[in-house]
Amino acid sequence: MTATAGSGPIPVDPPRATNTGHLHGRPFPAAARVALGDSQLRRNIGKATHTIRDKRAIVVDELADWRELRAAGAAIKDATMARLDTYLEQLEEQVTAAGGVVHWAADADEANRIVIDLCRRAEATDVVKVKSMATQEIRLNEALADAGISAWETDLAELIVQLGHDMPSHILVPAIHRNRAEIREIFNREMGKVGRPAPSGLSDEPAALAEAARVHLRQRFLSTDVAISGANFAVAETGTVMVVESEGNGRMCLTLPRTLITVMGIEKLIPTWRDLEVFLQLLPRSSTGERMNPYTTMWTGVTEGDGPQEFHLVLLDNGRTAALADPEGRAALRCIRCSACLNVCPVYERTGGHAYGSIYPGPIGAVLSPLLTGVEDNTSLPFASSLCGACYDVCPVAIDIPSMLVHLRTKVAALPEKARTPERQLMRALAWVMSSPSRWTRSIRSMGLGRFLARNGRFSSMPPPISGWTATRDLPAPPEQSFRDWWAARAPEDGAS
Amino acid sequence: MRVALFATCLVDAMAPPVAKATVTVLGRLGCTVEFPLSQTCCGQMHTNTGYADMAAPMVKNHLETFEPYEYVVTPSGSCAASIRHQHPWITRDYLDPELVDRVEALGNRTYELSEFIVNVLGVTDVGAVYPHRVTYHPACHGTRTLGLGELPLKLLHEVRGLELVELPEAAGCCGFGGTFAIKNADVSSAMLADKVHHILTTGAEACTAVDASCLLHIGGGLSRNRTGVDTIHLAEILASTETDPTVTAANGGQP
Ligand code: SF4
Repeated sequence: MTATAGSGPIPVDPPRATNTGHLHGRPFPAAARVALGDSQLRRNIGKATHTIRDKRAIVVDELADWRELRAAGAAIKDATMARLDTYLEQLEEQVTAAGGVVHWAADADEANRIVIDLCRRAEATDVVKVKSMATQEIRLNEALADAGISAWETDLAELIVQLGHDMPSHILVPAIHRNRAEIREIFNREMGKVGRPAPSGLSDEPAALAEAARVHLRQRFLSTDVAISGANFAVAETGTVMVVESEGNGRMCLTLPRTLITVMGIEKLIPTWRDLEVFLQLLPRSSTGERMNPYTTMWTGVTEGDGPQEFHLVLLDNGRTAALADPEGRAALRCIRCSACLNVCPVYERTGGHAYGSIYPGPIGAVLSPLLTGVEDNTSLPFASSLCGACYDVCPVAIDIPSMLVHLRTKVAALPEKARTPERQLMRALAWVMSSPSRWTRSIRSMGLGRFLARNGRFSSMPPPISGWTATRDLPAPPEQSFRDWWAARAPEDGAS
Repeated sequence: MRVALFATCLVDAMAPPVAKATVTVLGRLGCTVEFPLSQTCCGQMHTNTGYADMAAPMVKNHLETFEPYEYVVTPSGSCAASIRHQHPWITRDYLDPELVDRVEALGNRTYELSEFIVNVLGVTDVGAVYPHRVTYHPACHGTRTLGLGELPLKLLHEVRGLELVELPEAAGCCGFGGTFAIKNADVSSAMLADKVHHILTTGAEACTAVDASCLLHIGGGLSRNRTGVDTIHLAEILASTETDPTVTAANGGQP
């Protein structure tokens, strides 16, 4: 499951599902059960998601043309995906012309190898990092560590996660599962081990915690020669790459070091500069609930005497072309990682991100992770949803996540290993009954007899699989007479079944 | 107006009063209600669990049963949503692409009950009397997939004697989600616990919704915790009158 880093021959045709990195974990129901038992986690996440959710709703309602913007965002992404090959080549040309170097990585292993080689060539033992999902996806930090290179996260939340030897649990707010008391404790305990310690008497006021992080990080920015980032967008027509952020740490990483390496999923591409007009309205409002994010850094190749003098762009596939090939799945590639769907999801709200086992949690994670790894490697995530549809409502690029989940479930059910499950047999038996009016009529008539087994008109405990229901919920006893029998008795001329 | 009732498998087998109430309300509004006995199930549970192939014969049966009717009304937002949004692709992928147009046409004249009463019949006051304190849970598929929005509330506002109390965090899913309630029983129960909690804070005697399935779930939680709060389908409230009141367990009758 872990992406192995470093040397080793490149397989000619890498098997898709084995090298994808941090995209799967143990089955969701088991992991969720553990998460649900963590009351601190549930409180932290419940509170945080509600806060961002409300902020988002306010700033989205401000825009009279939100629906049109959303439709435009979806349309631009779809049009880009339809000609992705052309646009990618255009991007490569433009980046190269501007003095950058483009690398192509088929999967996590290859991307890690490229980055490690580049770091070695730059003789770097330490690198600073801008918050990036793509590098988390490929487990770059772990791969770098195996190669003897220390990667330092500079985003406040990523720093908290890294210092806490933890995993991100949210796309945008990786430490959403931590509250400020826990953060203070992590800073006090860990900062000194790896650099400048937290100031003595550190309080858990957000400003004090941010200041401690700032001081701790400052030294790193000034002493590190290589930075690694992801990208929010890349403009094909100009070769411009872009990172949007809130804290300014990204700006430091993107401008101070000599070498900049950006790892970007190939779906981050947009054709023209003008398309940003749409996405820079959609993204900040959906993600942080801000009208505009504080820092937007854009760079086109390298500029002599200004900023990094070496720029490498690693274009990462890692299952994306496979997702693109799936007509029911390709809309997932529209995703701009705003995390609005996580913040409204009733499942995510209660389990947090770790239960999903993938770096992409929540509704988008439940579709994107299996699309990238192949469903055979992620059989439980498509079921980690009640299909309530809250995610689709808020998605700024109108990804119909519930419908995609249903399609992925169909793929899971069709896997060879699912050919003989008790569930399938039960479903088949039910389908046999339910597709015939006469069988259905007879079966609910006999079901009515079950009421004699009920106590006070309800069942409070039933054998599996219904026990999953009755553990916490009663089930009413079936009525004496079904509706159809009542109807037939009332209006016999209506014909018999 | 001749209307075919699609009771849904759940209501047919487990909650006949909901279908009876639907017949009553529609009859009061001047509709001639028919219940074609060849109906079974819309196949939603199979579809949403990954067995759309098995749902296909049900989709076909549904088409054959209801195609002759000008209007089909169902007391379920989620079944109406499945018929409108899932039946066409199930037909395309597992039955016969040639049938898709007919399936879509049937979907377009299939209505959830409140949608039919307000949008088709143009009525908001159905002459109902239900003198109880009630809170309304906007079931997900009706509200989001069908876009019912405020329609059920419009009907509830006109019910005489009814005191409607707002449900906190109303839009949150109750955790039913079909087989989700069993496959992810722990998460589902956590969602239900919060829904039950919010219902209790309203001090309502009953929680209503447009879907018997969500009510079965919510009712299961309310009953397990012996809250004394009942569930009642919107149709049952709309059917209730002074002379023929709907009686639920909580207001003194039998469940
Ligand atoms: S799926 Fe939509 S809402 Fe979710 S993170 Fe992606 S863009 Fe945002």
